[in-house]
Amino acid sequence: MPDLSQPGALLPLVFLALMGIAMMAYVILDGFDLGVGILLRRASDEDKDTMIASIGPFWDANETWLVLGVGLLLVAFPMAHGVILGELYLPVAFMLVGLILRGVAFDFRVKARDNHKHAWNMAFYGGSVLATAAQGLMIGLYIVGFDYGAPQLAFATFTGLALLAGYALLGATWLIMKTEGTLQLRAIAWARGSMLLCAMGVAAVSVATPLVSQQIFDKWFSFPEILLLAPIPAVTAGLFVLAYLILRRLPGLLAAGNQAFCWIPFAATVGIFLLAFNGLAYSLFPYLIVDRMTIWQAASAPESLEIILVGVVVVLPTIIGYTIYSYRVFWGKARALSYA
Amino acid sequence: MKTELEESTLTEHVLPDPLMLARIQFAGNITFHILFPTISIALGWVLLFFKLRHNKTSDAKWAEAYQFWVKIFALTFALGVVSGITMSFQFGTNWPGFMETVGNIAGPLLAYEVLTAFFLEATFLGIMLFGAQRVSNRMHTLATCLVAGGTTLSAFWIIALNSWMHTPAGFEMIDGRAHATDWLAIVFNPSMPYRLTHMLIASGLTVAFLIAGISAYRWLRRDRSPAVMSALKTGVVLAALLIPVQILVGDMHGLNTLKHQPAKIAAMEGIWETERGAPLLLFALPDASQRTNHFEIAVPNMASLILTHELDGELQGVNAFKDRHPPVAPVFWAFRVMVGVGMLMLAASWLAAWQLRRGGDVKPWVARALVAMSFSGWVATVAGWYVTEIGRQPYLVYGVLTTAQAASTVPPQLIATTLAMYLTLYAALIVAYVTVLFHLARKAGPGRGTEPVYPVPGLPAPQSQLVKS
Repeated sequence: MPDLSQPGALLPLVFLALMGIAMMAYVILDGFDLGVGILLRRASDEDKDTMIASIGPFWDANETWLVLGVGLLLVAFPMAHGVILGELYLPVAFMLVGLILRGVAFDFRVKARDNHKHAWNMAFYGGSVLATAAQGLMIGLYIVGFDYGAPQLAFATFTGLALLAGYALLGATWLIMKTEGTLQLRAIAWARGSMLLCAMGVAAVSVATPLVSQQIFDKWFSFPEILLLAPIPAVTAGLFVLAYLILRRLPGLLAAGNQAFCWIPFAATVGIFLLAFNGLAYSLFPYLIVDRMTIWQAASAPESLEIILVGVVVVLPTIIGYTIYSYRVFWGKARALSYA
Repeated sequence: MKTELEESTLTEHVLPDPLMLARIQFAGNITFHILFPTISIALGWVLLFFKLRHNKTSDAKWAEAYQFWVKIFALTFALGVVSGITMSFQFGTNWPGFMETVGNIAGPLLAYEVLTAFFLEATFLGIMLFGAQRVSNRMHTLATCLVAGGTTLSAFWIIALNSWMHTPAGFEMIDGRAHATDWLAIVFNPSMPYRLTHMLIASGLTVAFLIAGISAYRWLRRDRSPAVMSALKTGVVLAALLIPVQILVGDMHGLNTLKHQPAKIAAMEGIWETERGAPLLLFALPDASQRTNHFEIAVPNMASLILTHELDGELQGVNAFKDRHPPVAPVFWAFRVMVGVGMLMLAASWLAAWQLRRGGDVKPWVARALVAMSFSGWVATVAGWYVTEIGRQPYLVYGVLTTAQAASTVPPQLIATTLAMYLTLYAALIVAYVTVLFHLARKAGPGRGTEPVYPVPGLPAPQSQLVKS
């Protein structure tokens, strides 16, 4: 690691952290609304409206975190941006088509002719699945350093499926928190269904990641790091158990009119995502492209990073502030959306 | 360097080489994208105008107008967001050389757009659209204002970067990479004020004609509630006021281009050889292989007069720039389309404004003309962007980086496949968008299910009931 007292060495690290925050915010925030999209097909027509109403005011700002994350990659690490997106050309294209379909279907489904509504619902569902699967595939390909061999592709396919389950879990637990009645009960069932897949996914990715890269293996399974890192898998497992237990008890609690615990599964899932993200970040650091390009090799000139940093330091707290304000405005159970 | 420039003259012949495919793909994406911000930038301010009128007068018609147009705003905004995300990825997938060479300049400008504008508009959009029942009226007005401000701020940063690519300033090249020396000179580079003004007014005109056109469509369906009439009037008056300003600003922008990018002007005017007293070509078929025009219809000395303010002023021809000039025919034609639509806008808006002023209403044939021109702003805006962007070729950053140098090495088959995918999707979405706009117009008014669709002279116009949301 270079001498961090130099701005040329410290700034890339700062920007890596910022990019990590943006990407993490994206995965969690757009994760729950993509998850709601993945689950949409399973709901009745009336429930579909409620499901979409629960994410209506947020999805747009949620997606902006992706623009910020990719934007920071683009502006702070232009060399890596070109290589990564060039290697991921096809999955990126599929993800974009998925995000486009989903984003426009959200608006079209209530504005188009009534007999087109079903088709737009399907576009919303299909777009959510496509975007999520593409993102999962990209994470897998990224971890294996863009090696397009058969085992690596199988691994990437698996991360695609795991992310589908993960977002579905986020979406289902979001719905448990934001809805009531039969939809809430169905969401509990969805959450329990996706949880098993999601847990298998997290476990498999954790096991497979050190196996595909010797470097990552050494980082995790050496002394004393292994002692410091052990809490990550332990707490993750604990959160899974917590969410599982709560989900089992929730139908009974809700039948008794007790809504007090319905936020816990979502919070636990967010925690699982945060831990998985940080574990992955630890595995890869300081590489932006595994074994090929470190953050210092990929970074922009310090004077450009400085001027962006000024903006970020001033603006990011403001963004977080009004994002929290927006979530507070739409706090509580989702109501039907109306422009009036 | 030399081979790259030779390669870039391929732009004269549309060959399906990877560079051309990457350019078509990017052009397709950015053309699709610009359609929606062009509407949302100015529509945000028009909505704020409706909102403020309602706050002041408490007249229900303004609330009704707001509620109708805010739906269109939501749809437009969504299309703008998702197509914009595509852009941020394609910088990397299609033009890695762009960020590698000028990333130190482009990066901060793009970062400031996301930070200052994107989150602002995206977050408050939720409150603006769905929060009217949950926040105070004052907060709702503020949210509308912040969304409108956010879209405009977004345009500011993007135009600053785009203008810098045309007239780069405030930087130095070190080891083949641009490094910033003066941020004020970068942001307020020589063509930026002209381009920004021209684009913001273009957005205003696009929205003015959209509002006038959709309102005229409802008017023709005998949906003539006060809300529709007020929206119609807003659109017509806005168009009539903006179009002369736009012609003036466009002229100033042209003079600025002559100063910094004379090769672009030569292509726009279709001038091959440098000459004094150059004619204004109303029609011509530029021929790149013989480097001349066919079937010219010209006004003598006019181009020189417009551009140099002298009858026999000298204008440089395309040939004076060797191979460092843009392809002539697309620039030449796109320019004429833009100016032609502008003239139609002038005629239609002034005629409609005159009729509204005299009789408080428009004649059916003028209403039909306005309906036909609902999306004329799109045509003019896209044509104008083609003039300026194709006119920048063979450079990506003028005099610094050629388009060929910035291209990626992605295999052409991959670009062609995704290109087909994008274009199909975009064509379908444009059709869906236009259809839904007219569907919303039909659904809003009392014309639904009642015949005849067109007004019967002598019958009073029915009043519309309150808009269903």
